[in-house]
Amino acid sequence: MMASPKKRLFLKTIGATSLLGGLCPIGTALAQLRVEIAGVGANQIPIAIGQFWDDPAGENQITAIVAADLQRSGLFRVIPSNDLTSETGAIDDSFWKSKGADALLGGSLNRADGRVEIRYRLHDTAKGAALATSGLKVNPQFIRLAAHRVADDVFEKMTGIRGPFATRIAYVARSGNEYRLEIADSDGENAFAAFRDSEPVISPAWSPDGSKIAYVSFGPKKPVVFVQELATRQRVAVANFKGSNSAPAWSPDGRRLAIALARDGLTQIHMVNADGTDLRRILTSNAIDTEPCFAPDGEVIYFTSDRSGSPQIYRMNPSGGDVRRVTFNGSYNISPAVSPDGKLLSYISRRDGRFQVYVLELANGQELRLSDGPSDESPSFAPNSRYIMYASKSGGRANLSVVAVDGSARYTLNAKASTIREPAWGPFTK
Amino acid sequence: MKGAQTLISIIAFALLGACSTVKLNDKAAPVEDRNTSAPAPASAPSSASGATKSGGDSSATSAAAVDPLNDPSNILYKRSVYFDYDQYTVKEEYRALVEAHGKFLAANPDRKVTIQGNTDERGGSEYNLALGQKRAEAVRRAMALAGARDSQLEAVSFGKEKPKSTGSDEAAWAENRRADIAY
Repeated sequence: MMASPKKRLFLKTIGATSLLGGLCPIGTALAQLRVEIAGVGANQIPIAIGQFWDDPAGENQITAIVAADLQRSGLFRVIPSNDLTSETGAIDDSFWKSKGADALLGGSLNRADGRVEIRYRLHDTAKGAALATSGLKVNPQFIRLAAHRVADDVFEKMTGIRGPFATRIAYVARSGNEYRLEIADSDGENAFAAFRDSEPVISPAWSPDGSKIAYVSFGPKKPVVFVQELATRQRVAVANFKGSNSAPAWSPDGRRLAIALARDGLTQIHMVNADGTDLRRILTSNAIDTEPCFAPDGEVIYFTSDRSGSPQIYRMNPSGGDVRRVTFNGSYNISPAVSPDGKLLSYISRRDGRFQVYVLELANGQELRLSDGPSDESPSFAPNSRYIMYASKSGGRANLSVVAVDGSARYTLNAKASTIREPAWGPFTK
Repeated sequence: MKGAQTLISIIAFALLGACSTVKLNDKAAPVEDRNTSAPAPASAPSSASGATKSGGDSSATSAAAVDPLNDPSNILYKRSVYFDYDQYTVKEEYRALVEAHGKFLAANPDRKVTIQGNTDERGGSEYNLALGQKRAEAVRRAMALAGARDSQLEAVSFGKEKPKSTGSDEAAWAENRRADIAY
């Protein structure tokens, strides 16, 4: 493992509807993280998390990581327990029910041969039966990832929805004149710089398999689209044409990128292979067309265009046909993002001078405002389609915020010494 | 240099003669060519962002003793075109400036410029990038009409990513709604 100083973002959870909100520190290991609990009360699943055996306190304490993940999701109310609770042994259901717990998580760590084995049991206190008994073995440097996988399993068993925790995020951090494209775990931990430069970086986009990031670097004294392999740090300029090159979006098969190029004057949408070959212009208009974004089936591309006089979101097929307008409320709708399940479209809308995150149910056209900032930007869906990460500003600081797609929970990631923006939530990993 | 400053002072005096309270040694005032509504005048000449540097080695391009790009009394010294809110056409007051650069390029076919469009901080990164491009493109087209060749011109955008003024008020926004001609 590299001996570089460990970087982390700081987490703050805020209830979108903070009626029942209160401060509830969970576990001593979270001393550096401040977690305010969402006020969604009745909808939260009460779960007791016992202290895992041989799980020493510290930043890698499994019990604390799992509890923080579940708490932050807004779907769980973690009932802390100081009792050592392993994955085996009898459970006194009436005791846990009396504490209000619908479920109990217990487990243990076992270190052998330089690896760590985590075993755990999720127990349903109403049925008096195990919902999951499982284990995983990892190298010590992946212990946080393993903890997120435990949280994912609990999340899925209790909600029926795949957990979003063992995923990564990309964003652009700026300190002074340095811009860094950083990759971090979904909770902001284990951050590292994939690319750093003295010129701006915008619009990171994960390849569907999570192995590469496309982004726009101003390093060449103008915007140029690069694709970088995360493992090797090798990068290629896939679009460096005359004028500005920007807004990369991966096709679902990871082989092509939709991009916005200004080589013919106005910014227009093109398609290019991920290695920079076979450039084609797919749409021709006499307005700005930019911010392409593929629907998960690859059959529809959403994009921003001001062909009507103000920026609105449109859709087309991948060859540029069947163009239809999608947003009609407000005079400024930009930055479309489609949920991985294809059901929701998120975007930024300006209403009454405020730029905020909205989500549109594509099946019925129902629109919901999800954020309340004055200048929110760049919505990006979690791979489970249940959360949206976006850039927000509060008190002059640029942060990343996460909101549940039903508005029920929200939290913020703060970086100590940097502004952070341009978030992109990575895909599920195996 | 001293001569240049005297010249500036004279121009300033001529421009601002009616205004008796203006100090003639105020370095900010003289180079301003814009109308009274325009903010942050002093930054226009320094905004060439590297242009003056590359302009320095251009002595071969003309017989003149002073490179016109480095001559504060020459219109070519000015390289910034400002835009109104939500506007993307070159205003009348900048037409002479843009035409002068177009003609200079026509007369100096070995010179090239990048026209860098910018926007204020409001709104999204990518849409602002496209809007900045639109501003740069408007300047590029006007320079082409004045005789510059396509191969001498590249319009690019920095969107809202490289603001010259980092404030969040109307004056800062106006300063950032700008295209710079960079030699």
